[in-house]
Amino acid sequence: MNAGKEPQNWLMYSGDYTGRRYSTLHEIDAANAGKLTPKWVYQTMAGGKFETTPLVVDGILYGTGQDDRAFALDARTGRPIWQYQRGLPGDIRPCCGRVNRGLAILGDKVFMGTLDSHVIALDTKTGNVLWDVSAVDYTKGYSFTLAPLVIKSLVLVGVSGGEYGIRGFIDAYDANTGEKKWRFYTIPGPGEPGNESWEGESWKIGGSPAWITGTYDAETNTTFWTTGNPSPSNRGEGRAGDNLYSNSLLALDPDTGKLKWHFQFTQHDEHDYDATQVPVMVDDGGKKLILQANRNGFFYVIDRTNGKLIRAESYAKVSWAKEKDANGRPVPAKEGLPTLEGNKVCPGAAGATNWMSPTYDQQTKLFYVTAREQCDIFSTAPQPYDAGHAYYGSAYFPNDDAAPFYGALRALDPNTGKIKWEWKHPSPTWSGVLSTAGGLVFTGDAEGNFIALDAASGKALWHFQCGASIYSSPMTYAIAGKQYVAVAAGSSLFTFGLP
Amino acid sequence: MNVRPRIFFGFDFAVVILVCLVTASSGAAQAKNPYAGDAKVAKLGEFEFRANCAFCHGLGARGGGRGPDLTRTPKKHGDSDADIFNTINNGVPGTAMPPNGATQQGVGMTEEELWQVVTYIRSVEKKASTVSGDANHGRELYYGSAACGTCHMFKGKGGRLGPDLTGAGTARSTEYLTESLRKPSRRLAQGIIEAMKEFTEEYETVNVVTNDGTKYQGTLLNEDSFTIQFMDMREQVHSFDKASLKSLQKSRESLMPAYDEKVLPDKDLQDVLAFLVGGGQGGVK
Ligand code: HEC
Ligand code: HEC
Repeated sequence: MNAGKEPQNWLMYSGDYTGRRYSTLHEIDAANAGKLTPKWVYQTMAGGKFETTPLVVDGILYGTGQDDRAFALDARTGRPIWQYQRGLPGDIRPCCGRVNRGLAILGDKVFMGTLDSHVIALDTKTGNVLWDVSAVDYTKGYSFTLAPLVIKSLVLVGVSGGEYGIRGFIDAYDANTGEKKWRFYTIPGPGEPGNESWEGESWKIGGSPAWITGTYDAETNTTFWTTGNPSPSNRGEGRAGDNLYSNSLLALDPDTGKLKWHFQFTQHDEHDYDATQVPVMVDDGGKKLILQANRNGFFYVIDRTNGKLIRAESYAKVSWAKEKDANGRPVPAKEGLPTLEGNKVCPGAAGATNWMSPTYDQQTKLFYVTAREQCDIFSTAPQPYDAGHAYYGSAYFPNDDAAPFYGALRALDPNTGKIKWEWKHPSPTWSGVLSTAGGLVFTGDAEGNFIALDAASGKALWHFQCGASIYSSPMTYAIAGKQYVAVAAGSSLFTFGLP
Repeated sequence: MNVRPRIFFGFDFAVVILVCLVTASSGAAQAKNPYAGDAKVAKLGEFEFRANCAFCHGLGARGGGRGPDLTRTPKKHGDSDADIFNTINNGVPGTAMPPNGATQQGVGMTEEELWQVVTYIRSVEKKASTVSGDANHGRELYYGSAACGTCHMFKGKGGRLGPDLTGAGTARSTEYLTESLRKPSRRLAQGIIEAMKEFTEEYETVNVVTNDGTKYQGTLLNEDSFTIQFMDMREQVHSFDKASLKSLQKSRESLMPAYDEKVLPDKDLQDVLAFLVGGGQGGVK
């Protein structure tokens, strides 16, 4: 799949394999963005968070909705072609809402991971189920919420469930048949390197899910995936060690699932600082990089040929780490650990950012990320493991002083880690960011606005009140030369274009 | 885990009612707690409580900024074990108290886990009510010399600038209420004791000067990046585009005057609390 050759289409979750969420479309630009108007709205009629990034291929839009809905629409008019809803069993165990973030596509099939931890293929023309395989026993706390990633003829998915003491993994299935080709456990088993980073038997229930879509470097045939928290999220006792490969960046061979290298962002995490942010591939001069603004508050620049850290700078308020180790990695500070009665730590449990996508703009060469300025009171307490039951080791609470509490879209310079500009949101948001060759970045806020900003200056050029908080990352496409921008909010998918 | 909504909180509730029906499928529980008085089970319930409830009800169930003190008895929404089970499973419609599984923080609890939590709540309850004031006198103060009623509704009577206090006596701990009176700016009300909105806004103070020089002061109703809605001191609701204003200042200095011991001696304070906690009962003759 070469997304660069067909900018009118949005072929995968992040637009292309680099994860940049950048489009070369430029009909809508800084001069005319103020004239954007709604083109159509599609309603799923479902409640809960609507997190999809739809795909568009040759005029047809494919999206997913709450409760494992999927749909195909005429991307010009919003009129449905087909709709699918999975009959979900009553005892599924999603942690944070009955959400799904989107599909992957190859030929005449779209692929979806489900809340009852199946992977399914639907016919692009009819929505009929072509194959349906169960990946793992969902009653133990496993589920899929991410958009799969297609590489060659394989469908890659990572599992959710870091709240349940699962053992995380990334799977690859044959796109034609659904046959499982490989599984990479994100927690090494006995005898494998890394298993010694877990105390006793804790590796069996150590979490480390992989619930955000990876990226792919065809040149070196490497796919990059990120992982989430070790379980239980708020308690380190009983799992002494670094807890590999939780909160890590993994470089895998997509044909075999073999690990090439790893980089761990937060060792022995006790704050739920999932590293599940899209690992963005950027080439700068001769350097081949991965950029990641991590939930733990640091912006990491990593050499993607070998996993070596180049730089880590904070881009939001941080109190969990005070120092860096010899390799430049921030390390947890004693004062920042959760306590029985609770301890104020920044960033809060939702992180300095979260799963919502950042974007890298090829023109400005800036990295734009949704920052959440918020601290929480983290507590910890012993908790026995009980399969399929929530396994947190206590919880977090909002910080009573209520400060800081705001959001910001931040433009970061990857060369320095410095903030070039920011657009402040009244409260932290769950919206991702899109950049376009029109000199624009698009993002949303918790107050319901979808906003177009000047990519160079951060000035807001246009906004639209969607009527519900935005919990999704926007995308763009074109039909017959006319550009559209789409974003999910509430139970509606909104599209905008020029009059 | 990934989510804690603030704005549009209520939006997520509609769906998740589905979830709770399936997690603890019996809408109405069996009448008896199978674990009543079992200390080990209470401990298991504490784990669940920390993960799912302490977020609002505080550690030890002693009450937090968003939920009432649960160590108090009797419970407002029914005091039998089965009542408490049902309150937890179904939530309290129209308030921030979510149905089982809808907090977005924890996950839905099974029937067994619900009983564990009930057992835990029982284990931390304190029998005696701590408020001993004269509710009748409290009512007189409320609508009279203390003038609470000019800014606060109570059972449909009173002002609108501050939160409706009908539910405050049961939703808030007496410590919290005392602090609200003595030091109103210490922690601003978050609007959770009122009928649940789809968003929560704190009662921040707003000072606005419009382009023609008109000045307004009031409490914030809502705002986004581009607009602001507030109620002025005369209870008029305004909405402005921020860009159109000459100046806009928000502050965390409450519009409620601090009632120190000179203005409201301890004895009177106890009487006002007795009025609020008693749900106005004592005052209605
Ligand atoms: C989002 C905040 C929030 C969460 C989370 C929450 N509660 Fe509540 N709860 C409230 C509020 C507010 C009330 C008061 C409702 C009212 O106005 O009567 C309440 C009321 C209650 C009551 C009734 C008290 C009475 O006097 O009748 C019980 C029991 C209770 N909660 C238990 C729980 C348990 C157990 C959990 C965790 C499973 C929980 N709550 C989670 C906010 C919350
Ligand atoms: C001039 C108007 C005004 C008067 C008079 C006033 N209040 Fe308030 N009150 C407010 C405002 C505004 C708030 C919200 C901001 C805050 O939390 O301080 C508030 C908040 C409160 C709260 C906190 C509610 C919560 O959910 O956190 C309580 C309790 C309260 N008032 C009780 C009283 C009582 C009792 C009196 C009389 C002794 C009184 N107030 C007099 C305006 C007033």
